[in-house]
Amino acid sequence: MSDVVEKTLTALPSLLSLDSQPGSGKLSSTSKLGNLIRGITELTSKHEEEKLIQRELSSIKEQVASPNTSMRQMKELMVRAIYCEMLGYEASFSYIHAIKLAQQGTVLEKRVGYLAVSLFLNESHELLLLLVNTVLKDLQSTNLIEVCMALTVVSQMFPKDMIPAILPLVEEKLTHPKEIIRRKAVLALYKFYLIAPNQVQHIHNKFRKALCDKDPGVMTASLHIYLQMIKENPEGYKDLTASFVTILKQVVGGKLPMDFNYHSVPAPWLQIQLLRILSLLGKDDQSTSEMMYEVLDESLRRAEMNHNITYAILYECVKSIYTIHPKAELLEKAAKCIGNFVLSPKINLKYLGLKALTYVVQQDANLALQHQLTIIECLDHSDLVIKRETLELLFRITNAQNVTVIVEKMLEFLRLSKDDYTTIDLVGKVAELWFIETMNTVFSLGGDMMQPDIPNSFLRLLSEGFDSTEEDRQLRLFAVDSYVSLLQGEPGRLPQRFLQVISWVLGEYSHLREGLEPATTLRLLAKLLDMKHTSSETKSWVLLAMSKLCEGPDCVSLAQELSERHGGSLDTVLRQRVQELRHLSEDAELRASVLPRDAAQEPLEVDSSLSFLDGFVSEALSAGAAPYKPPHQRQEELAQAKALSLEPYGLSLPISMSSCSLADRQSPTLLSMSSGLSGNSTDLSHKGGSTTLKLDGVKRVWGKDGYLAQKEPVEESAQVEVPSPLCSPSRQGGADSTHSQTPTPTPTPEPEKEKQQLASSLFVGLGSQSSVCLMGKSEQTPQRFRRKAKGQGSSSGASEQISNSHYSTQSTVDNLLCNNLLDSTVTSDLAVSTPEQTPQLSQEVATTNGTCDAEQDLIEETDPGNSPSLIRANSTVTADPPAHKDPDRPKDSCLSSHLPAELAGLSHSEIIPLCSSQNLDLSACHVQKEDALLLVIFIENSSDSDIEQIGGGEKPQCVGVPVFPDGEEASGSRGAGWDGVLPAAFWGISSHAVLLQTSINQFHQVHCFLPSDLLLSMALLTQSMLVSCFCLTSLLFLCLGRPLCVSTEEYGTLWLAFSQDTKQNLALLNDGQDPLTATLDVLKNKLQLHVVDIIGAEGIVACRLLQGQPCLMHCRVHAGSLAVWLRSPVPDLPDCLLYHCQRALQEH
Amino acid sequence: MIKAILIFNNHGKPRLSKFYEHYSEDTEQQIIRETFHLVSKRDENVCNFLEGGMLIGGSDNKLIYRHYATLYFVFCVDSSESELGILDLIQVFVETLDKCFENVCELDLIFHVDKVHNILAEMVMGGMVLETNMNEIITQVDAQNKMEKSEAGIAGAPARAVSAVKNMNLPEMPRNINIGDISIKVPNLPSFK
Repeated sequence: MSDVVEKTLTALPSLLSLDSQPGSGKLSSTSKLGNLIRGITELTSKHEEEKLIQRELSSIKEQVASPNTSMRQMKELMVRAIYCEMLGYEASFSYIHAIKLAQQGTVLEKRVGYLAVSLFLNESHELLLLLVNTVLKDLQSTNLIEVCMALTVVSQMFPKDMIPAILPLVEEKLTHPKEIIRRKAVLALYKFYLIAPNQVQHIHNKFRKALCDKDPGVMTASLHIYLQMIKENPEGYKDLTASFVTILKQVVGGKLPMDFNYHSVPAPWLQIQLLRILSLLGKDDQSTSEMMYEVLDESLRRAEMNHNITYAILYECVKSIYTIHPKAELLEKAAKCIGNFVLSPKINLKYLGLKALTYVVQQDANLALQHQLTIIECLDHSDLVIKRETLELLFRITNAQNVTVIVEKMLEFLRLSKDDYTTIDLVGKVAELWFIETMNTVFSLGGDMMQPDIPNSFLRLLSEGFDSTEEDRQLRLFAVDSYVSLLQGEPGRLPQRFLQVISWVLGEYSHLREGLEPATTLRLLAKLLDMKHTSSETKSWVLLAMSKLCEGPDCVSLAQELSERHGGSLDTVLRQRVQELRHLSEDAELRASVLPRDAAQEPLEVDSSLSFLDGFVSEALSAGAAPYKPPHQRQEELAQAKALSLEPYGLSLPISMSSCSLADRQSPTLLSMSSGLSGNSTDLSHKGGSTTLKLDGVKRVWGKDGYLAQKEPVEESAQVEVPSPLCSPSRQGGADSTHSQTPTPTPTPEPEKEKQQLASSLFVGLGSQSSVCLMGKSEQTPQRFRRKAKGQGSSSGASEQISNSHYSTQSTVDNLLCNNLLDSTVTSDLAVSTPEQTPQLSQEVATTNGTCDAEQDLIEETDPGNSPSLIRANSTVTADPPAHKDPDRPKDSCLSSHLPAELAGLSHSEIIPLCSSQNLDLSACHVQKEDALLLVIFIENSSDSDIEQIGGGEKPQCVGVPVFPDGEEASGSRGAGWDGVLPAAFWGISSHAVLLQTSINQFHQVHCFLPSDLLLSMALLTQSMLVSCFCLTSLLFLCLGRPLCVSTEEYGTLWLAFSQDTKQNLALLNDGQDPLTATLDVLKNKLQLHVVDIIGAEGIVACRLLQGQPCLMHCRVHAGSLAVWLRSPVPDLPDCLLYHCQRALQEH
Repeated sequence: MIKAILIFNNHGKPRLSKFYEHYSEDTEQQIIRETFHLVSKRDENVCNFLEGGMLIGGSDNKLIYRHYATLYFVFCVDSSESELGILDLIQVFVETLDKCFENVCELDLIFHVDKVHNILAEMVMGGMVLETNMNEIITQVDAQNKMEKSEAGIAGAPARAVSAVKNMNLPEMPRNINIGDISIKVPNLPSFK
């Protein structure tokens, strides 16, 4: 014992003192390692480290070579060499010594020797052969540890050729009494199976024995083998399903010894392994799947503890359930489980949840819909891995409708990511999603009309590829897949050029798709040949593709058959192609040299002087042939004969593609030409009867400036989803459904809303319509409101009277028409809508011109202070004819009670009369909905006598017409000269008159009590009233302005984005304690602004036009006044808002 | 299958590297560097899985890592391994190291690379998980150590003494690996064999 203490003490100084000499032979080698490590820690530069290690290595080299070094010293030297190797410095001189150490050392030294060997060498290293004998010897050793070491090194690496030498010994170990040996032997055999499967084929029975081993550890080890073998050939091991199920049942049921528990979960890793095996076995196999439902259910139920490892089991369970033949009950549970994962605050579980969703979503898109908001959140997650996984998920749910948004998201991520791998992966995906699909659409739509260089450049792009080969492969594979599915559909509908592209791509790249037999492709292509309207040019493309593909006996017979059928074709080119096909199919070697694979981008050398024919020519000449005459010389001779057309050669040779000169036409241009109709081409082929693409849900993706704003898809999608029950003939039902479908929109905070919008644009087109749209209900644009008439009456007798009386009320009309902004443009627009009325109208305009100015002034001046309502102002004017004033007033209140129930709660303007006759009163008001502006027209029977004809009389009928946002007409009539939203809205209104007219016509059809000519005049009246009201763009703001709820940050980014700005000083209100707050409050209340933030003496305010452009206002208290700075994308908007701010503050 | 097991410290210095597939020396170093680069820039509160990495086999593979005080434990696995399963395997590995070295620290890994390799060899063999039970691993390692002791006898004493004083020696080195929030209670049960 004293010796021990002494040695310890002698060792201490060397460890404690920093200046110990590494070369000193007396120090123990451990301290040498210590010194080495300490030396490295103290170093500051990589260069010094290199020097130190090189010195160390040379010292090691010297010592290992010395014959005096004992095995024990050798062991320490090896550890140092291992350390140096780990740092990346080669110590190849020590390899042979490591083998020697493993060979000759005692158990302890042998272990280090084996370790060094397994770290230094690899399977193909030549020195490894020297180890075989050692391994053989150790395998036969009686020392268990030596056997274990040998098995370990064998499973790490063993020369493939030497396996037969030790195989019997390893096999023997399968029956070894010690379980640890059996276990390691199983794994060693697994390794053999991996590197040389044919050599262990004969011992499959022994694997089965290992599976039934009494020791669970051995059984677990054997599962590695089975997992691998079942992955390769699930059919071969179906008989084992019952065994695996039984094992899992026992494990789950806690039948294993407690030793196997980990955090009181029974053998979790074993469970995971078994679940994986079961999912492989049950895939696409109902009867096998049925055997495992019970145990899967049990596993799900048991794995409820809140520990990491139970989640691992749950995850495998869920994956299995979705892989095997589905069972509704289990799917439901699994879906719930996925939900827990996705919603979990633990980020690892979230990640797995997303992975599971990605896996599942192809089968059950609804699951993604359930979690769409979580997915959106994950899209903005700070962890890039989560983000990427989310994109992967989105990639799987991409369809024609959401492709834009998803690609946009991917590109966004691409900009952020600097990781090469991610970039390559994503770029490939974007290209896949976007490029091929879009080009498919381009080809199917553009068809034969497009210039030939478009398909040419597309093919060139495909063949030249991008920077990475893997990406190219993916892209081509995707193209092949999509084309095969197109051909399997209805290729007859496809344009010729597209067919040519398809056949070229298939000819070149269909070999990329594993499992796609060339014969299958050939048959698909051959189908094209038989179609009536395939042009002969296309046919030669097809035939050329076929000659590239024909391989194997199937193809030869097919080629034979084709050559018989088409060999007699009148078209010489075609005949030649068929012959080529036949010959090439018979001679594989020739084909390989003529049409080598992937050779599309190799430059072709064309011998334009045809010098290779020189011999032939001279031979022919000497044989008496006539010498060649140039064409112009022949021209005269052949004047009456028909010349052969030599043209098709140029086009029918796809290989010439790469040499084709191409116009400067790059793919983005192509894409924009198509205006991005991203219809899924696969869909197209399934659409059956119609040749036209279904354009529902297809949106404009490209504008002049690139991508169109993201908002549009949202609106579009909402519109797409809204069914139009209003147009359906069933009136009552229609009215009811309208009512039920437009609940008052629940107010949601703005960021939330944004997410929802994003969600609805991302998840559009998934699942069933009703569940698609998260916010569809609240987004719905109310089309029209209609009440069913109580009774019906036909008034043929009264019609003339009414129409006459209508014209007698011109004084009212004049007021409305009298507007200096009712310019010729509007008139002509009206003319379009009601051509027969135009002369009349212009007359009216002409007659009223005289009084116009004065009354216009009146409108401006009498704009009442207490009410910003425009119509109110008008009503003051219309009150001029005293005859109408009195009856109108009380009507206002009584009419408002007749507003449709849907609108009753909303703020509406004062109801003003439009026109009236003896029998009829027409009044209108506008109603401000949150997302729309509605015009409501009241039609009322004012007389007591004609009750029958009007149908009830007492109760006014009313019709609601959306003014803004309006239908497709508005967007269609947006002129080039009108940029910005205000003019657009203006146009919307004027064109809306058309809509209005139709709606009144409908009203008429429904109620059948108004004569048509009166209706027309009514429409005109209302229309002109509308125009006169709304073309005052500044006033329009009061009706269409809405608060814009943004956060301060969003405000900041918006502010920078806008170009139009206006500055002005406004009066500051001084009545409150805080002038700024008081002033802003007044503005907020009067003008529907949103006060974003008030910081000290500054405030920021935002508003927007109804479904339109925003306007931002920055206010600062400066020298007793309010300095405001407005910005907006629309030029007129800041001025307009400024004007109203001034008004509002003055009035206050 | 597990492709590689890497341990490096916060500065990217490798403490253990074990590859179950053959890569050239240069590639191995590059993998270590790249893995460190990927792993070290990740926050503590993000997920423990990383996908891709150009070097170690592409899209099928992922990195599963845990960070303990000064050390990163990274397992590089292919798709046939369960992510959470491997995550807990790392935990088992670290706990086993902790048991074997009695409060394991970075220094133990440096000075006893061979022992760490031996422990690892009892857990993972040729890329396959061999044993996940900590007690079983320790039993195996102990059996070998016993032999080592009996063989090394008195000559091994200095080494043992060194390990007793090593912590005084380099005080700037961190002492303990934090095992994290999970503390395992190993049930004292009779062996089932």
